[in-house]
Amino acid sequence: MIGSFAIAWLGRLSWHAFPQAAVTRGAAVGIVLGALVVLTLLTYFHKWRWLWHEWLTTQDPKRIGVMYVIVAVAMLLRGGSDAVMMRLQQAVSVGSNNGPFSPDTFQQVFSAHGTIMIFFVAMGLMFGIINLVLPQQLGSRDVAFPFMNALSFWLFTSGMILINLSLVVGEFSAAGWLAYPPLSELKFSPGVGVDYWIWSLQIAGVGSLMSGINFLVTIVKNRCQGMTMMKMPMFAWSVFGSMILVAFAFPILTVTLTLLFLDRALGMHFFTAGAGGNAMMYVNLIWAWGHPEVYILVLPSFGIYSEIVATFSRKRLFGYTSMVWAIGAIVFLSFTVWLHHFFTMGAGADVNAVFGIATMLIAIPTGVKIFNWLFTMYRGRIRFTSPMVWFMGFVFLFITGGVTGVLMAVPAIDFQVHNSLFLVAHFHTMIISGVVFGFFAGLTYWLPKVLGFRLHEGLGKIAAWCWIIGFMLAFFPLYILGLMGATRRLDHYDASLGWQPLFIVAGIGAAVIVAGIVCQLLQLAVSIWQRNERRDLTGDPWNGRTLEWSVPSPTPFYVFTKLPVVTERDQFWADKQAGKKQGGYEDIILPKNSGVPIIIGGLSFLVGFGAIWHIWLLAIVGLLGIITALIVRSMNDEPEYVLTAKEVERLENARRRKLKEYAVYE
Amino acid sequence: MSEVTTLDLKRVEAEATDKTTFGFWVYLMTDCVLFASLFAVYAVLHGNTFGGPGGRELFKLPYVLVETIVLLTSSFTMGLAMLALQKRDKQAVVGWLLVTFVLGGVFLGMELSEFHAMVTEGNSWRRSGFLSSYFTLVGTHGLHITVGLIWMAVVGIFTLKKGLTDTVRKRLTLLSLFWHFLDVVWIFIFTVVYLLGSLNI
Amino acid sequence: MKTKHKLGLIFVVFTVFVSIAGWYLSRRSIPILQPAGQMGRKELHLMLFALLLAVIVVIPTYAIAIMIAIKYREENHEKSRKRVKYDPDFDHSRLFESIWWGIPIVIIGILSVVTWNSSHALDPYKPLASNKKPLTIQVVSLDWKWLFIYPKQHVASVNLAEIPVGVPVDFHVTSDTIMNSFWIPALGGQIYAMPSMDTQLHEQADKTGSFMGSPANIAGHGFSRMDFTVRAASQTGFDAWVKQARQASKQLDNQTYQALAKPSDNVPVTYYSGVMDGLYNDIVMKYMMPQTGAAQ
Repeated sequence: MIGSFAIAWLGRLSWHAFPQAAVTRGAAVGIVLGALVVLTLLTYFHKWRWLWHEWLTTQDPKRIGVMYVIVAVAMLLRGGSDAVMMRLQQAVSVGSNNGPFSPDTFQQVFSAHGTIMIFFVAMGLMFGIINLVLPQQLGSRDVAFPFMNALSFWLFTSGMILINLSLVVGEFSAAGWLAYPPLSELKFSPGVGVDYWIWSLQIAGVGSLMSGINFLVTIVKNRCQGMTMMKMPMFAWSVFGSMILVAFAFPILTVTLTLLFLDRALGMHFFTAGAGGNAMMYVNLIWAWGHPEVYILVLPSFGIYSEIVATFSRKRLFGYTSMVWAIGAIVFLSFTVWLHHFFTMGAGADVNAVFGIATMLIAIPTGVKIFNWLFTMYRGRIRFTSPMVWFMGFVFLFITGGVTGVLMAVPAIDFQVHNSLFLVAHFHTMIISGVVFGFFAGLTYWLPKVLGFRLHEGLGKIAAWCWIIGFMLAFFPLYILGLMGATRRLDHYDASLGWQPLFIVAGIGAAVIVAGIVCQLLQLAVSIWQRNERRDLTGDPWNGRTLEWSVPSPTPFYVFTKLPVVTERDQFWADKQAGKKQGGYEDIILPKNSGVPIIIGGLSFLVGFGAIWHIWLLAIVGLLGIITALIVRSMNDEPEYVLTAKEVERLENARRRKLKEYAVYE
Repeated sequence: MSEVTTLDLKRVEAEATDKTTFGFWVYLMTDCVLFASLFAVYAVLHGNTFGGPGGRELFKLPYVLVETIVLLTSSFTMGLAMLALQKRDKQAVVGWLLVTFVLGGVFLGMELSEFHAMVTEGNSWRRSGFLSSYFTLVGTHGLHITVGLIWMAVVGIFTLKKGLTDTVRKRLTLLSLFWHFLDVVWIFIFTVVYLLGSLNI
Repeated sequence: MKTKHKLGLIFVVFTVFVSIAGWYLSRRSIPILQPAGQMGRKELHLMLFALLLAVIVVIPTYAIAIMIAIKYREENHEKSRKRVKYDPDFDHSRLFESIWWGIPIVIIGILSVVTWNSSHALDPYKPLASNKKPLTIQVVSLDWKWLFIYPKQHVASVNLAEIPVGVPVDFHVTSDTIMNSFWIPALGGQIYAMPSMDTQLHEQADKTGSFMGSPANIAGHGFSRMDFTVRAASQTGFDAWVKQARQASKQLDNQTYQALAKPSDNVPVTYYSGVMDGLYNDIVMKYMMPQTGAAQ
């Protein structure tokens, strides 16, 4: 009886689940200790109530955005550590030296690196910035579905916890960030690693899909009076394009992850070698999601560049209509190119050529955007603040990455560089300069609005330069290594190949990037330390053009005292030129806090954990819990409250009094 | 600067309903993509019987026809419930919802029975790629029906308790959209899986 | 530091760096840039052509970016004697748009034609034009080594394949484990090795030498230690190698194959003096139908 009880509640969990290798043990201990420290501090300072009421149950997108960014930055440190480990291994594991990490550990490290960077860092920063900025840019106070917004965040966090838990209990996948079968099937990956990968992505993916729907409806329905689609800021257009991609692509991921799990857990044969399975179908499905995914990430980043370049050139964004068409072209084309990720799988010359040509076509609207940015700067008055340093770094690096992309779009060229370090260098160039630099620039640009004080510019610039130079040192050698025949993901190679010096240079580059990250953290710390001298008293520290700069910093929870009315693009800029100010008071409906999203997040974690460890009872209990929570929520007749105009006026007066106090420091 | 605008609650409610309905259509579109992926998988794998039986051997068309009629009828009765909603007839709404629920339950029962028979005969999802994709595609539809039935029960109870409030009306509208959507998906399944499968295309 | 000097410093550092890198690399073996095979050579020419086309757009773009960034800086507006125009509402131009939509469309158009043609000309499934009879080698990716079966010569080898120079080689590739990729960088491109699938790669060595072969898709624990060697020799050298292989003590029958297929890494070069008829086909087909009795 105890035996069956154990099986029912423990599944395949056992003492062996705790890590054996020294490195993973160390990491596991670190994570557990870190978590304990945080929990202890919270208890010691009696902050639980505050945390629950102000953050854990919030439906304020500005707070949700901050939480996304915190999680994403934490995951950046984890994914970055993975990267440093990889560079270290590849710099020393030559000839008779096997490097500090075993093949198993190394393979888990790079699988975790890719998965974390895409799903938790890039997606996290993206959703974070959208939450912080989008509603205000549209002249709105919130997204279309605030409850679902909070739910998305807690599902994202649940996935994050699962993937980090794999370091402490069990193992992670060693099958790469996309887990191709048959390697990811039960026969070749019998442990829980691939299951951790599946479930952390599945849960976070559902959250992402919900966000896609949410932001899409927000853009269509939440714009303030007078703001037609063609008067929205370009960032909003880029988010619109990106969310259309999310809505179409993420269901494919949901299906693919489910099918792989069904193969592993229920003995199905979707992708098995034999019994009628088709592993090539997985490759097609995962990339039908995977390619749109990279455009999901890069489009909002492009939107951020549009905002930054216009503001810091003190000039209108060049070619607004052209930019909109370019976004549309990119959205459409991104669904037509997925096969270029596996030209070498043998689809035949006709198929390969068609997809190759489609891939090259995307270079056209992308190039258009770059020229539109450059010509926004043309005849402007450019201030090279740190966001602009990130942007210039992007221009130079992204173009080289784009060239290598056009090269690889030719199938016959790709045959030689597919899956080599040339490919790795290409996509890192695109993602780091295209996506990451954009999000860093966006954070630097918009954090004053969130925090109420400006960030240290000097440290910001140093950080940007470290990243740019570090990136070149870390990845240009990889282009050459790829041409030397170096395949990706190797944990060891022959001395006679002459690859080691290049790997050493790449390792130095990684160290420079780490220095850049240190500078960024330092920048935040110093800015917080000096916050009184750095107060943003006007709400418009950069002389901005769009509506988010028309509200105070930090933005009050009600955002606008009265929703603005818009008659043209860059309404705030126009108002400033004309000396006008929008204002007034109105009664405001705001959502009440709710504990249901975080509870569902926790329940989803139980579902994931139960599924991974085959503790089916736990998974079912979790699922029933989620359904119950949703039903309970639906019984809530008063999910919102009214903030009267009088109350708003009182809050505004209090805020202005506070500002006067801060002005003393100026 | 001190002009104060008070809330127009009717307009706020109408905007909220409009937003929710639009959002639900977007969700249905994503569900479309989900089913489309499963159909694509089925299309690739439907011939991979690995020496075992295919659709021709396994599908019993008369049985499936009855299932289909049951589901289509349930869509009809759902439509009647919505008509009753327009006439503000609470009893009729709940009544027709109950009929729809029963028909949906019968459909689900028939489907589970069909699955059970196949599994006990040795044709479970473990046998071949074809069977895996069959059970998953049809099973996913069945899961959606289950969710719809749970939703129907909850909304039905709400309607009884609270009457035809704005919220209840909004939720009934969304449920009916969902139910009709599932009906459309079933028509595709009936055609692509059962009909074409029986012809061994 | 003045902007002029800053930029000058960047330029100098960059040039020095690139020069050192260039000097260093010229002394290294870079197989894809120094191909030893027909396919590799054609692929390289294609790469250089595409690069040239891309550079036509890229160099002017860099120049424009640098010029605009320097000329329209805030400091330049204030300091410069030249009138630097500030035109805050200049936000569209039919001419400019036509240029940067138009020129890329033309270039991509040219490249598209090249892509279509080259995808067919350099299709790995297309046999190479030659007056010599092709050599067939059947390749099986195993955990974690490569098996080369020479069906006509009735020999097999592990982790080393010898081929004659100037003779087209028809590789047939499969896997009896997970999805891998068969790549000999010095000779040409790669093709995936997949269970139940028979993919093809046609290559030809133009000079003698010993070339590294790489597994090019993550394959599990022993992935890094399953590189292999391809040696291109003269026809007499190749014949001698086959003769040597025929003297191996082991034969590749069903039993030896099952033993070989078991997971192992760091496998030394091994030869088999005989191969079971149709072994390669059996390996491909065994995933297609339920196995009766014999081990899967």
